[in-house]
Amino acid sequence: MNTLNSYRLRLSEKMSDLTILSPDTRFKGLLWAAALVVPLICVAMLLSLISDSALAFDEFGFFRFVFSSQWSYSQGNENYGALPFIMGTLESTFLALAFCIPFSLTVALFVGEYYSGRKIATLFGTITDLLAGIPSIIYGLWGFYVLRPIVVALGLSDQGSCILTASLVLAVMIVPYAASLSAEFIKMVPAELKEAAYAMGATRAEVMRTVVFPAAGSGIFSAFILAIGRALGETMTVTMLIGNTNQLPTSLFSTGNTMASIIANQFGEADGLKLSSLFAIALILFAIKALINLIGKILIHRAQR
Amino acid sequence: MDKLKFRIFKSHLLHYSVVVLAALMAVPLVAILGKVAVEGFRNLTLEFLFQPAPTTYEAVMASAAGHAIPGGISNGLVGTLLMLLMSSAISIPVGILSGVFLAEHRSTVFAKVSSYMTDILQGTPSIILGVIVYAWIVIPMKGYSAIAGSIALCIMMLPLIVRSTEEAVKMLSSSYKEAALALGGSYFRTVWKVLLPSAFGQIFTGVLLAVSRIVGETAPLMFTALGCAIVQWDVTQPMSSVPLLIWQFFNNPTLQPLLWSASLVLLVFVLLLNVSSKIVTNKWKI
Repeated sequence: MNTLNSYRLRLSEKMSDLTILSPDTRFKGLLWAAALVVPLICVAMLLSLISDSALAFDEFGFFRFVFSSQWSYSQGNENYGALPFIMGTLESTFLALAFCIPFSLTVALFVGEYYSGRKIATLFGTITDLLAGIPSIIYGLWGFYVLRPIVVALGLSDQGSCILTASLVLAVMIVPYAASLSAEFIKMVPAELKEAAYAMGATRAEVMRTVVFPAAGSGIFSAFILAIGRALGETMTVTMLIGNTNQLPTSLFSTGNTMASIIANQFGEADGLKLSSLFAIALILFAIKALINLIGKILIHRAQR
Repeated sequence: MDKLKFRIFKSHLLHYSVVVLAALMAVPLVAILGKVAVEGFRNLTLEFLFQPAPTTYEAVMASAAGHAIPGGISNGLVGTLLMLLMSSAISIPVGILSGVFLAEHRSTVFAKVSSYMTDILQGTPSIILGVIVYAWIVIPMKGYSAIAGSIALCIMMLPLIVRSTEEAVKMLSSSYKEAALALGGSYFRTVWKVLLPSAFGQIFTGVLLAVSRIVGETAPLMFTALGCAIVQWDVTQPMSSVPLLIWQFFNNPTLQPLLWSASLVLLVFVLLLNVSSKIVTNKWKI
C-alpha cells in the first residue's frame, strides 16, 4: 500500500512536470517540431509516390517500364514505358547545358574576374537575378511566339516545336543560375595565386587557364550540376515548346516529350494504370533530381573547403 | 618577340570574347521584357484588372462584331492573392522556426538530416508537388480546390524560407546570443527579441524572393486549384490564378489577345517583388 502511494506521488510529480513545462522548453519543442515538418513532407512524398506507382511497376516490372518505348492507351491494350520521356529529358537537358556553358562561363568571368567590384558587374548581377526571376510560363510564351518562328525561318523544323527550341529556352533559363554561382567561386580564388602568376610574366588569359580555372574548377562544375538539375524538372516551358509526341526522339529537330511535360499533358485525364504510370515517371524524375542535387551539394561542399 | 605578341593577342581575344558573350546574355532579358511590355501594353486597361476572364463564346461574339475582346483577369488576381495569403500564413512561421532550429543546432544529426531534406524538397520539380498534392488532398476531398493549390505552393515555399532564415541566423555573431542570455533573458526572449530582429532584413528578403518564386508557378496549380471562370472567394472550390489564366489563354486561340497583358501584369508583379527584395537587402544589412 505504501509503495503504491509513493508510486502515485512520483507519477503525479512526473505528470505535473509534463503539463507545466517551462515556456523555454515548450518553445524549444516548437522549434524542433517545425524542423520536423520538412523531413516529414519529404518522406511522405517518397512513400506516396512509391505506393501510387506500385500498380504500374507490378504490371510491367521496373526494367520493362524504364526501357520500353511504347506509350499506348488503347482500351484493353494499355502499354506504358518511360524510355521516350527519359531520353527526351536527357537530350533537352544536355543540349541546354551545351548552349549554357560558353555564356555562363563568360558571364561568370565578366562579373567575378574582369570587372569584379565595378558598377557594370553589379548591373550584370542584377540582370542575371532578374532573368532568374522571370516565371517559366513567360519564358515559354517568348519561346513560342519569338524563338519558334526563327527556328522555322531557318528551316530547322517545320513546326518549330522541337527539342532544339525547348533546349534553347531552357539554356536561357539556366544561364543565370550557373553564371552567378560560378562567379562566386571565381571571386574566391586567392589574389596571391593570381599575382604570383602575373609576376612570372603570364598574360591574363594564361592566368585564367592555369590559375583561376584549376582553382575554381570544382565549384564551377558543381554550378553546372545544379543548373542541370533545374533544367531536368522544368515543366511549363518545355510543355509549350517540345511538341508533345510520345515517341523516341530521333534527332534534335524532332518533337518529343520530357518526363515533366508528359505528366503536365496527360495527368489531368488519366486514371487507373495510366495514372499509376505517370506517378512512376514522377518517382523516377524525383529520384534523378534528388541524386543530381546530392552530387552537386557534395561537390559544392568540397569546393568551399 | 612574335610569340609574345601572339600571347598578348590571345589574352585580348579572351577579354573581348568575354565582354561580347556576356553582353549577349543581356539580349534575352531585353527581348523578353520588350516583347511582353509592347504586346501587353496594347490591351491593358484599368478594367482588365477588374473583370473576370471572358468565355470563349463572349470572345468569339466580340471579335465577330469587330470589338476588342472584353474581360480581364480579376478571377486570376483574386485567386493568386488568396492562395498566396493562405500558403504564406503556414509556410512563413513554420519556415522561420525551422530555420532558427537548423541554425542553432547545426552540428546535430537531426539538423543535418533536416537540412539535407530541405535541399531535396527545394530541388523537387514543381510538377511533382502538384501531382503529390493531387494524391494527398484532391482525391480525399473529391474535388479540386484552392486549399489544395495553397498547400502545393506552401510546400514549394517552405524550403526557400527555411534556407534563407538558416543562413541569416548563422551569419549573426554568437556574441549577440551570449549577451542576451547573460542579461538573464530566457531562450524564447533571446530568439524573439535579439536573433530574429537582428536577422530581420535577410529573413524578409528570403520571404520576398520565395513569394516571387511561387507567384509565377503554373505547374503545381494545374492539378490542384485547376482554375475557375468566375471570381471565386470560396477556398474549398476550384480557383484560378494569373499563371493558370495565361496557360488557359495560351491553349485557347480565341482568347490569345489577352495573353500578353496577363503576362505583363504577372511580370511586373514578380519583378517588383525582386527589386524590393534588393532594396530590403541593402537597407537592413547585418
